[in-house]
Amino acid sequence: MPVLDIRNLTVAIDAKDGASVVRDISISIEPGETVCLVGESGSGKSVSSLATMGLLPKGALKVTGGEILLDGEDMLKLSPAELRDRRATRMSMIFQEPMTALNPVIKVGDQIAEVLEAHTKLSNAESHARVMGILDQVGLPDIERVARSYPHQLSGGQRQRIMIAMALILEPRLLIADEPTTALDVTTQLQILRLIKDLQQKHGTAVLFITHDMGVVAEIADRVYVMNRGDMVETGKVMDILAAPKMDYTRRLLSSVPSLVPRPPRPVASERLALQVSELDKIYGGGGFLSKAATTHAAKAVSLELKAGRTLGIVGESGSGKSTVARCVMRLIDPSAGGIRVGGQEIADLTPRGLHPFRKRLQMVFQDPYRSLNPRLSIEESIIEGPMNYGMPRAEAVAKAAELLDLVGMPAGSAKRYPHMFSGGQRQRIAIARALAMEPELLVADEAVSALDVSVQAQVLDLLTEIQERTRIAILFITHDLRVAAQICDEVAVMKRGEVVEYGPTAAVLGAPRHDYTKSLLAAAPGRDWDFPNFRPVAA
Amino acid sequence: MAENTMRAAFPLSTRALFSRIGIAPLLAGLVLILIILAAVCAPLVAPHDPIYQNPIQRLKPPSAEYLLGTDNYGRDLLSRVIWGARVSLLIGLGVTVMAVVIGLAIGLVSGFFRLADAVIMRIMDGLMAMPSVLLAIAIVSLMGASIWTVMAAITIPEIPRVVRLVRSIVLSAREEPYVEAAISMGTSLPRVLWRHLMPNTFAPLTVQATYVCASAILTEAILSFLGAGVSTETPTWGNIMAEARIYFRLKPELIFWPGLALSMCILSINLLGDWARDVLDPRMGKRES
Repeated sequence: MPVLDIRNLTVAIDAKDGASVVRDISISIEPGETVCLVGESGSGKSVSSLATMGLLPKGALKVTGGEILLDGEDMLKLSPAELRDRRATRMSMIFQEPMTALNPVIKVGDQIAEVLEAHTKLSNAESHARVMGILDQVGLPDIERVARSYPHQLSGGQRQRIMIAMALILEPRLLIADEPTTALDVTTQLQILRLIKDLQQKHGTAVLFITHDMGVVAEIADRVYVMNRGDMVETGKVMDILAAPKMDYTRRLLSSVPSLVPRPPRPVASERLALQVSELDKIYGGGGFLSKAATTHAAKAVSLELKAGRTLGIVGESGSGKSTVARCVMRLIDPSAGGIRVGGQEIADLTPRGLHPFRKRLQMVFQDPYRSLNPRLSIEESIIEGPMNYGMPRAEAVAKAAELLDLVGMPAGSAKRYPHMFSGGQRQRIAIARALAMEPELLVADEAVSALDVSVQAQVLDLLTEIQERTRIAILFITHDLRVAAQICDEVAVMKRGEVVEYGPTAAVLGAPRHDYTKSLLAAAPGRDWDFPNFRPVAA
Repeated sequence: MAENTMRAAFPLSTRALFSRIGIAPLLAGLVLILIILAAVCAPLVAPHDPIYQNPIQRLKPPSAEYLLGTDNYGRDLLSRVIWGARVSLLIGLGVTVMAVVIGLAIGLVSGFFRLADAVIMRIMDGLMAMPSVLLAIAIVSLMGASIWTVMAAITIPEIPRVVRLVRSIVLSAREEPYVEAAISMGTSLPRVLWRHLMPNTFAPLTVQATYVCASAILTEAILSFLGAGVSTETPTWGNIMAEARIYFRLKPELIFWPGLALSMCILSINLLGDWARDVLDPRMGKRES
C-alpha cells in the first residue's frame, strides 16, 4: 500500500468561481521511495505539497476536490488538531530557506526538543539523548556545541541539516522536501541530497521531493511527476522520463537544461580589449569613523582580460567574491587597489564626476528581475533615462526604446506599461534593453538568468548571444551555475574566497579542470552524468 | 427578505462604502470634517463673541442663550471651544507640513550620504533625548510666544521622528538594483534621490504625518495649559482648560467640553492614520477582515 496516495486533487482560489491552480492530479508514493515533483514556477508543485500538509494559506486557496490518503487516512477529513498531530508524527516537511524556517532566538537543540515535547512524553534525559542521536545521524560535527547554537551561528548547509533532523526525529512515514537545496551551494547541495538518501534508506521513509532542477531529479529520484500550469503532464520511472519523454512539454523542459559539456569554441573576432582588470583588491569593513570592525578580503589580486565580442564567465560559490569583482568593474563600489581599464581607459581611480563620461560604456543586468526596474516608472521611462542623461533628445530616446524593445522580443505597445505587468523573463529582457540603450562596450550580467525558469533562461541566453553577434559587445557573465557557464562563456575564471584559482578557455577549464576546487565543483554538479538535451548519458 | 430591506435602506454605494472602509474610519472622518467646518466657519457658527466678557453672566449653567454655559468672565463656552479649534487645527496642519518637508529633506540626505548621516543622526539623537514639551517650552521662552514661534517650537521636536523614518526607507531602497541601475546609467545623485528614492517614502510619510498632526495638537494644548503657548487672550482648548482649572470643583464642564473636543479630534486623526496605513501598506498590521 502506498504511503501517500493523492487522488484527483483539485485546488482553487478561495473565492466565488475562483480559478483552479491545480487540476485533477494524482500522485502515489511507496514506502522507501523518492518521488520528484518537477515543474517551472507556477506549475502548482508547491501548492500540491502544501495541500498535503494542510498548510494552504487560509482564505487564499482551498481544496475543491479529490482526496489525500496518508496510510489510507484522508487528510482532508481530519480536524485541525488531528492534522497537527499527523504533521509531526506521520509526515513532515523541509523548506527552501532554513534561516526563515527556524526561530532565530531559540537554540537549535531546544527547537528540535520542542517537537518531542509536543508529541511524546519523554523525560528530559531521554529527549536530550534523542536530539543528540538525530543530530549525529544528520552528520553534524561537534553536536553538543551545535545543539547550543542559534541558527545564525550555523552555515546554510548546517541549518538545512537541523531542519532535516527536526523533520525526521519522530520517524515520519513521509518527508516532503520543497526545493530544500535551491538556496545552497553545489557542494553543500550534494551533501544534503546524499544525506536525505541515506536517512531514507535507513528509516524507510517515503520522500516527496519538489524541485525545478533536472540535475537534482537525475541525482535523487526513483520516479518523476512532471507538472505544468496546474496539470499533471507525465509520470514515469526517472530513466524513462529522462531518456524517452513522451510528452512535448517534458521534451522541451529537458532540452532547455544547459549541457555541462562546453559548447564548441568560437573564433576570436577582435583583438581589441574591452575590459582589463589587473591585480584588483577589495577589502570590506575596517577603518570606520568610530568603529574598528573586522575586515573581509573579498577580492585578492584578481586579473582578467576580456576582448570585444567575447564572453568571460566568473563562476564560484556564494562568498567567492564574484559579485564583488562585477560591482568593482561597474564602480558601484570602489576597489581598494588595482586597475580596471575599459576600452583602454583606466577607471579604477576616477572620481564620480570624472567617471560620468565612462559610465555609458559599461552597463549591468541584475539578478532579480522583480527589483531591477523601478516599479513606479513605465518601461519607456526606465529605458530612456540613460540616453537622456547623456543629452539625447526625448523624442529620439523614445524611438530608440521602441526599437530596442522590439530587438529583445517584447511585444509592440509594451513601452507605456509598468513592470508589474510583465513576467520575470520579460522583465529581464526589458533590463537588457535598458542596458543596450546606452550602447555600451561591456555588459556585466550578475546572475542574470539565475532567477528564471530553465525554458525562459534558455531564451534569454539565446538573446544575449544573438545581441553579441550583432553588436560585438563584450559580456562579463557572473554565475554560480556551471551549466550556464559552459553554454555561454568563451573563457571562464573560477573564484574561491576572493581568488581566481583557475582561468582559461571554457573547454579547458570545465572540460579538463586542473585545480582541485574546479574539479570538486564539477563533481558536485547534480546530474553531471546525464546529457539532458540529448536524452542520453554523457559520452565518456 | 432581510436582505431586500437592507438593500432598500442603504443604496448600494453607501453599503459598499461601509464594508470597504469600515465604520471607525468613516466616523473619524465625519468628526474631523465637523471640527474643520466649525473652525473654518467659526465667525458664522459661533453664537457669541468668544472674548466678549459679560460679568453679569459669570459661571452660568447651560441655557438656550448659552448652550454650554459661560466661564468665569461670562464668556460663552461653546463659542470659545469653536474658536479654539482654529488654533489647534492651524498648528496641527502647519507643524505637519513643516515637519514633513524639513524631515524629508534631511532624511533623504542622511539616508544616502554616509558622512552626512553620521553627523545628522547624532544631532537627531540629541534632539530626541530631550522631552518634546520641555524643548518646546525652552524655545517659546527664548523667542517669545506667538502662533508662529509655538508652531516652530512644536515642529523642531517632531522632525527627528520624520527623519528617522525617511532615512530607514532610503537606506533599504538604495540597495535596490533599480537604484544601482540608475547610478550606472549616469543619473546624477540629486536626480536619483528625487526620482527613484523619494517616491518610496510617500506612503509611510502619509501615515506618519497623521501621527505628527495629532501629537502637535496635543503639544499645543499642553503648552497653552502650562501658559507657555499662544497668548491667553486667544481662545485655545489648552487656554480654556487652564483658566477653568481653579473652578474645576465648581464647574467641571468648563474642562470637560474643550477636553472632549481635543480628544475627539486626536482620536479621529489617529484612526484615520491607522486606516491610511492599512490601505497604503498592507504588510503593516493588516487585520483579518
